[in-house]
Amino acid sequence: MFASVRAKSALLSILLLALFLGGWQIAATPTAGTGPALDPEYAALLGASAQQGKQTPMPTPVDVGLRIAKHLEAPFADRGTNDKGIGIQLAYSLARVLLGFGLAALVAIPLGFLIGMSPLVYGALNPFIQVLRPISPLAWMPLALYTIKDSAISSIFVIFICSIWPMLTNTAFGVAHVRKEWLNVARTLEVNPLRTAWRVILPAAAPTIVTGMRISIGIAWLVIVAAEMLVGGTGIGYFVWNEWNNLSIANIITAILVIGVVGMLLDHMLGFATKLVTYQE
Amino acid sequence: MLDNPYDARTSIGGCPCGAHASLSEHNSVQAAFAKLTQPPHSDAAPVAEPASAARDTDTLMADLFEAAVVKAVLGADPSRRSFLNLVGSGTAAAAIASVLPMGFIREVAAQAPRALEKTKLDVGFIPITCSTPVIMAHPMGFYSKHGLDVNVVRTAGWAVIRDKSINGEYDAAHMLAPMPLAISMGAGSNPLPWTLGAIQNINGQAITLATKHRDKRDPKDWKGFRFAVPFDYSMHNYLLRYYVAEAGLDPDRDIQIRAVPPPEMVANLRADNIDGFLGPDPFNQRAVFDGVGFIHLLTRELWDGHPCCVFAASRDFTQKMPNTFQALMRSIVEAASFAHNPANRKQIAEAISAQNYLNQPVTVVEQVLSGTFADGLGQVRRVPERIDFDPYPWHSMAVWMLTQMKRWGQIRGDVNYTQIAEQVFLTADAGRAMRELGGAPPAATMRKHTIMGKEFDPANPEAYIASFAIRRS
Repeated sequence: MFASVRAKSALLSILLLALFLGGWQIAATPTAGTGPALDPEYAALLGASAQQGKQTPMPTPVDVGLRIAKHLEAPFADRGTNDKGIGIQLAYSLARVLLGFGLAALVAIPLGFLIGMSPLVYGALNPFIQVLRPISPLAWMPLALYTIKDSAISSIFVIFICSIWPMLTNTAFGVAHVRKEWLNVARTLEVNPLRTAWRVILPAAAPTIVTGMRISIGIAWLVIVAAEMLVGGTGIGYFVWNEWNNLSIANIITAILVIGVVGMLLDHMLGFATKLVTYQE
Repeated sequence: MLDNPYDARTSIGGCPCGAHASLSEHNSVQAAFAKLTQPPHSDAAPVAEPASAARDTDTLMADLFEAAVVKAVLGADPSRRSFLNLVGSGTAAAAIASVLPMGFIREVAAQAPRALEKTKLDVGFIPITCSTPVIMAHPMGFYSKHGLDVNVVRTAGWAVIRDKSINGEYDAAHMLAPMPLAISMGAGSNPLPWTLGAIQNINGQAITLATKHRDKRDPKDWKGFRFAVPFDYSMHNYLLRYYVAEAGLDPDRDIQIRAVPPPEMVANLRADNIDGFLGPDPFNQRAVFDGVGFIHLLTRELWDGHPCCVFAASRDFTQKMPNTFQALMRSIVEAASFAHNPANRKQIAEAISAQNYLNQPVTVVEQVLSGTFADGLGQVRRVPERIDFDPYPWHSMAVWMLTQMKRWGQIRGDVNYTQIAEQVFLTADAGRAMRELGGAPPAATMRKHTIMGKEFDPANPEAYIASFAIRRS
C-alpha cells in the first residue's frame, strides 16, 4: 500500500512537471515571421525577435536545458575576475554561508543554553531578541557596509545576524522544556550541574536545537543570494545579478534551479542530523 | 637621458641607458658590472628584490645609473676593460664606492619618477560602454604597459561603487562625472575629498522611449511620463531635467524621474513601468535590440561633447601614491586616445563585450561604438560621434554640473564654483599624462559650452542659474 502511494505520487510529480514544461515550451516558442519586411542592413542590427517586430520572448525550456548543460561543462573554469564558472560561484556562496552559520551556531547554542536554564537571563534578553529577530537581512546590509567597511565580511555578518535567532530561540525553548522528572532524577543522584547539562539536558534538547539549526541554514541560504546581489564580486547571488545585467533570462533560470537544489541538499543534511538525535520516550 | 625609458612613445637610442653607442656595447658593460656591483652593495642597496615587476624595474633603473656612473669614472670601453683586468672587479667596485656613495645613488635611482608605490590595484567599473577606457585597458594591455597589474572588478551599482571606493576596497573606480563633486561636498554621503582624474567618455548617452510612444516625439507631450536615470548625481539626470525644462515641463512636478540601475531600465521599459529613460549605453541599444524601445535622441544633440563617466580616486590615494596614480592616468589617457580613433572601435567592441567585462552581445556594443545603429524605428543611423573619448577634464564642466546641482536643489547656499572645480578635477594631472604620451592638452582649463543652443559661461555661474525659469533655488 505504502509503496504504491509513493509510486503514484512520483508519477503525479512527473506528470505535473511535464505539463508545466510543455505549457512553457508552447507559450514561449516564437511564432513564425509575420512582421513587416525590414531593410536587411537594419535587421542585421537587431535581435531575432525584434526583426519580427516583436519583443525578445522568454527562453523555452529547451533553451534553458541547453544553457544548463553549457554551465555544467566547465563549472570550475576561471576565466577572469568577472567570469568564473558556476561551481566556483557556488563554492564562494557555500563558504560564506557555512562561515556565517558556523559563527552563529557557536554563539547561539551556548547563549540559548544560558537563556533556557535561567529565567532571569531569559527575561532580560527577551525584549532584544524580539526586536532584532524580525529584521530583514537586507536592512542590515547598509549598516554593515558602513561600519565594517568590507563587503565580504559584511555579507558574512548579515548571514550571522539572520541565522542566529532561530537557533537561539529553539535552543532556549528546548533547554527550558526538558522534562522535570529527568532533572529531578539527576538531582536525586547528586549529578553535578555541568554533567547534568551535558548528559541530560543536551540530549533531551538536541532535537529542538537541530530543528533550529535547520531553520537557520534555510534562512542563511536565502540571505546569501540577496546579500551577494547587493555587494557583488563573487557567489551565486552575484551570478544572478550579473546575468540580470545581461538580461539573460535563461542564465537566471539556471541559477534559480541551482539555488533551489543546493538549498534542498543543505536542508536534507540537517534533516538527516535531526533523525540521528531524535529519541523515543 | 633616462627621461622615460619605459614609455613606448619615448624613442630610446642605441642602448637602454643612453650612455653607450650601441646595444651590444651596453650589454657588455651590463654583464661586466652586474658581477662587479652586486656584492659590495648587497647590504647598502635595498633594491635587490626581484619579487615584483616594479622592483625589477627599480633594480634595472638603479643598475643603469650605476653603470653610467662607473662608465663615467672609468672612461671608454677598452680602457675600462684593461683596468678591470688589472685590478679585479671587486677591487674596482670598492675603489669607486669609496669615492662615490654608490648605495645612495642606487637608492635615489630606485625612487626616480617611475617608482610605483603599488602595482597590484583593484579598479571598479559598472558594465556600460561609458567605461570603455577603464575596461579595455585590461584586455588590451594598457595597464601592464605602464607597469601596473590591475584587476578590473565589475560592480553592482553606483551606490556600491561609491561605498567600496570609500571603504578602500577599490584603489580607483569608474564613476559618473558629478559623483566626485558630490562625494567631496558630502551630497548624498559623508564629505570625503575625492578627485576626478580623467573624463572617460564624452557623449554616448541617449533618451530611449517605449515603442508605443513612437508618435510622441515632442517633449511637450510628455506630461505624466515616468523616466529612469542611473543615479541622482549623474549627467543623465541633469541633461534629462534640462531637456524637459526647456520644453516647459517641470521635471519634479510634470514628470517622474527615478534612479534605476541601467539593465533594469530595459526590463522596466518592457514591463511598462516606465515610459522611457535617459541612460547609458549599451542599454539604449539593447532596448532596440530586444524590440522594446526606440532611440528618441542622442545626448550629443543636447550638448555635443558633454562629459559622462570618469576615472576617479580619493584624494588620499592620489597623494599617498602619486606615481601609481600617474601611471593609472597614463593608462587611461592612452586607452582613451586609442579609443578616440574610429578605426579601433570594432576591435575594442570585441574586447570589451566578453563575459569578463560588459557581458553583452557584440553587435549591440559595436553599434554603440561605431555609431552605425538601428534606431528602433526602422532606420539605420550613421552618427560616428555618437560616443567619443576625450580625457581632458575641463574645470568649466565641473562648474556646469555644480550649477545644475544647485538649480535642482541638490546643494544649497553659496557655492565656490571655481575652487571646488579646481580641487576635484585634476586637470593638471590629466594634462601632464597627455603630454607624457606625446599629446597636446589645451592650455586653458575653462571654456564656454553650448547646451541646447544656449551658451554657458563658467565665469558667471549664478547668473546662468538665474536665467532659467524652472529651478528649485
